[in-house]
Amino acid sequence: MTDWRFLQRKSFIELSGRERAQALFDAGTARELLGPHDRIESPWLERQGVTPQADDGCVICKGLIGGEAAVVVAIDGAFQGGSIGEVSGAKMCAALDLAVRDNQRGNKMSAVLLIETGGVRLQEANLGLAAIAEIQASILALRRYAPVIAVTAGTVGCFGGMSLAAGLASYMVMTREARLGMNGPEVIEQEAGVDEFDASDRALIWAIHGGEQRYRMGLVDALVDDDTAQVVSAVRTLIAKGLPAMHRSQQVEMLRERTRRLDPSTQWEPAEFCATWTRGEKA
Amino acid sequence: MSDYTGVRGRRWFEALTGSAAPMSGDPASALVADAELGGEMARFAAVVPDPQGLFPRARQGEVGLEQAYALAARVREMIAMDRDRIRRPLIAIVDVKSQAYGRREEMAAIYMAGAAAVDAYATARMEGHPVIALIVGHAFSGAFLAHGYQANRILAFDDPGVVIHAMHKEAAARITRRSLLELDRLGKQIAPLSYDIRDYATLGLLHALLHVENPETPQPGEVQMVRAQLIAAVKDTRVGPRDLSCRLTSAQAQTARRATLLVRRKLEEQWAEV
Repeated sequence: MTDWRFLQRKSFIELSGRERAQALFDAGTARELLGPHDRIESPWLERQGVTPQADDGCVICKGLIGGEAAVVVAIDGAFQGGSIGEVSGAKMCAALDLAVRDNQRGNKMSAVLLIETGGVRLQEANLGLAAIAEIQASILALRRYAPVIAVTAGTVGCFGGMSLAAGLASYMVMTREARLGMNGPEVIEQEAGVDEFDASDRALIWAIHGGEQRYRMGLVDALVDDDTAQVVSAVRTLIAKGLPAMHRSQQVEMLRERTRRLDPSTQWEPAEFCATWTRGEKA
Repeated sequence: MSDYTGVRGRRWFEALTGSAAPMSGDPASALVADAELGGEMARFAAVVPDPQGLFPRARQGEVGLEQAYALAARVREMIAMDRDRIRRPLIAIVDVKSQAYGRREEMAAIYMAGAAAVDAYATARMEGHPVIALIVGHAFSGAFLAHGYQANRILAFDDPGVVIHAMHKEAAARITRRSLLELDRLGKQIAPLSYDIRDYATLGLLHALLHVENPETPQPGEVQMVRAQLIAAVKDTRVGPRDLSCRLTSAQAQTARRATLLVRRKLEEQWAEV
């Protein structure tokens, strides 16, 4: 029997970056900062024949989530594939740094990063990579005071240097439609050949990078449907939870031990891999 | 830009530490050693090629699962050892081809391995270890993020074989649908696109450019000069902030990263208003 409840859902994936950011806040509390009217665009794109966008594909909103102060930074996958340029990267980094300052002054401020990106914007190359290193440093600085929650809903997914940034977050939220990995299938096929990774094999891609597999591996805290209410509820719950006892990226011995169990002499089937990886333990 | 040779990391690691072997339990491609630097012990780390490595896609100087976790574990070990004493310097010797591009790596969440290494390096910096990156060859993309880019200070050789970039030239050309010649031409006009270390130096991210005749064959006088520069960078770090703010306060950043500075100033103004 068909479950018709999905008709009542309001898709989160179909929302723009701005709508996604605003949807997370308690009604009437969201204020956008450095919005399109401020017109801080990429200074590098026009001379390369690319039309810049007034917000550089990055939306910052500040307000209350479940009654607690929070800043949301959304990378919009619709502009240049969500790629991180100088301005979009600086916006995320500066928002995280101001949240650190608020916490240091005794005002708790959590951060939610809505990430849809293929990684560095190649038209801004080294300034994009530098921005990602700085974002990572700022996530780690903020994480000492308040949780940083990463959300990847789809359809772009989270790849490149920003996947490492997501790995540094206190909590990870994904949908089944979302993908999370360092190198996308096309890049691996280019670098290593079709035998290594067939980028046209969609089932394989989701079996490796998909939200459900990452959740089974213990790398995702909330696996949600493409439903705005579920995403909002998951983010609220995690903000209310506060800091984890230990962050995932600090659990080096456990992750390293799991990697040591693997036999790299063959390719692995995603289902079997998962059983070896977890051995029934939870990450 | 010259091709990756994979010999520089090992040679400089040997020259600076007198050691050539990995620590017990670590892969042969992740070299870590404690050695004297300026009258104190410092921890040195390098990722080098190992044709016999367990993971086929991480044998040629890539940062893969094993390398990233080894770095993370050894850096965390150092932090724990120095908890109640003067924090020793951590020197990342960087000559890394790329992150490992492989199906196994993706399945086993190489992004978490990279995050673990970033976390360890940044934690060392925030705990007061002077973290210095010495770029002797290639520093690409995710590999550089995981090994070196969290350093307080970045030193690099002024040499055509030193390349810091987000993506290899051939791949960048393919994806942006440009010819290699066009990429070279654009790099001359747009510094962040350039593969030339001297253009990278104009972005304000480097602490110093060092000159050696041939980075593949370190000479005793050159090793001495590099040690002196590392010692000076360590000293400079110990009296400065433990964050990455020096990348934004540098003279070059005032021009090259004007947009970044504008974003930071404007956002701070608006932040206070709401």
